[in-house]
Amino acid sequence: MSKKDKKQKTNQKNKINYYIFAVFSVFMIASYFLNFELGNRITSNFMIFAKDMGAILPPAFVLIGLFEVWVSRESIENNFGNTSGFKKYIYAVLLAATTVGGTFVAFPVANSLYHKGANYSSIFTYVTAASLVMIPMSIMEASILGIKFTAIRIGVSLPLVIISSILLGNFFSKIDYKIPQPD
Amino acid sequence: MYALYYIAGIAAAVSFLTDREKTIKALKIGWKKFNKILGTYLKLLIILSFILLISDQFIINYLGGQAPFIGLIMGLIIGSITMMPGFIAYPLAGILVSRGVDYMVVAAFITTLMLVGIATYPVEKEYFGIKATIWRNIAGFIISAFIALATGILYGEVFV
Repeated sequence: MSKKDKKQKTNQKNKINYYIFAVFSVFMIASYFLNFELGNRITSNFMIFAKDMGAILPPAFVLIGLFEVWVSRESIENNFGNTSGFKKYIYAVLLAATTVGGTFVAFPVANSLYHKGANYSSIFTYVTAASLVMIPMSIMEASILGIKFTAIRIGVSLPLVIISSILLGNFFSKIDYKIPQPD
Repeated sequence: MYALYYIAGIAAAVSFLTDREKTIKALKIGWKKFNKILGTYLKLLIILSFILLISDQFIINYLGGQAPFIGLIMGLIIGSITMMPGFIAYPLAGILVSRGVDYMVVAAFITTLMLVGIATYPVEKEYFGIKATIWRNIAGFIISAFIALATGILYGEVFV
């Protein structure tokens, strides 16, 4: 498939999503005026995530754009690439812990990291850790469920996340898998 | 959350003062990427609005009062299917614990909630490809099961 075809396909897919969303918006508005209870519950569910995403995505993509322009391929290869040893996992976890917005932001960031030379195992560690060790979430968890619970969860999961990232990373380099280029 | 605006704002300002052209290019790249994925994110929002219809009461009913291992499996499954922000998930977990649900079951629910994203599949697929998305989620499911078991053992709920 040529690049142009691919672009056209993406545009078309986007268009369909926009149509679906337009229909959904009409449904939400109609539910409001018709006092359709189930519809109103769906609207309030929608707002829960939409508020978060609407606030987080714009600055996140500004940062991703700056990252693409300023960060050299070399530095990503050295820190997150095949030549980097175990320290890439530590960097990946640290980056994950400070990623605001969780997986919604971590997916595009991981994709950019990969295309700048990070290897599979580091981006798998990064994305998985981004949903596991977000600092504000973990604090909330510890205050409700107790520090012991959070300590077990993070302590047991991090080694497992790194081991599974290494296994998956080896598997994907062996089958010569390519992660999609976003543009 | 506003921290992200400060960071992005300061980073963009510093970048702009250092190199105007590069910054404009960066903003263009960011906008292009955002534009390309926006439709998928909107689709995800619609899916999540329906998934959250699974009420707290449903989850409390299904995770409470089960035999530990049935509860564990239910926790893993419900956590994989649903997706909810932390400020809803943790108070719910607190209720579960206060009703006497095992920590193991709560751990199964909470970790699959984070690690397995059946609902986020449309977005993840765009950035990782289908194969990697599926394998990563399977790995997340297995890791969650391990974490839940470890929690059960360390809280003395399961004996080995």
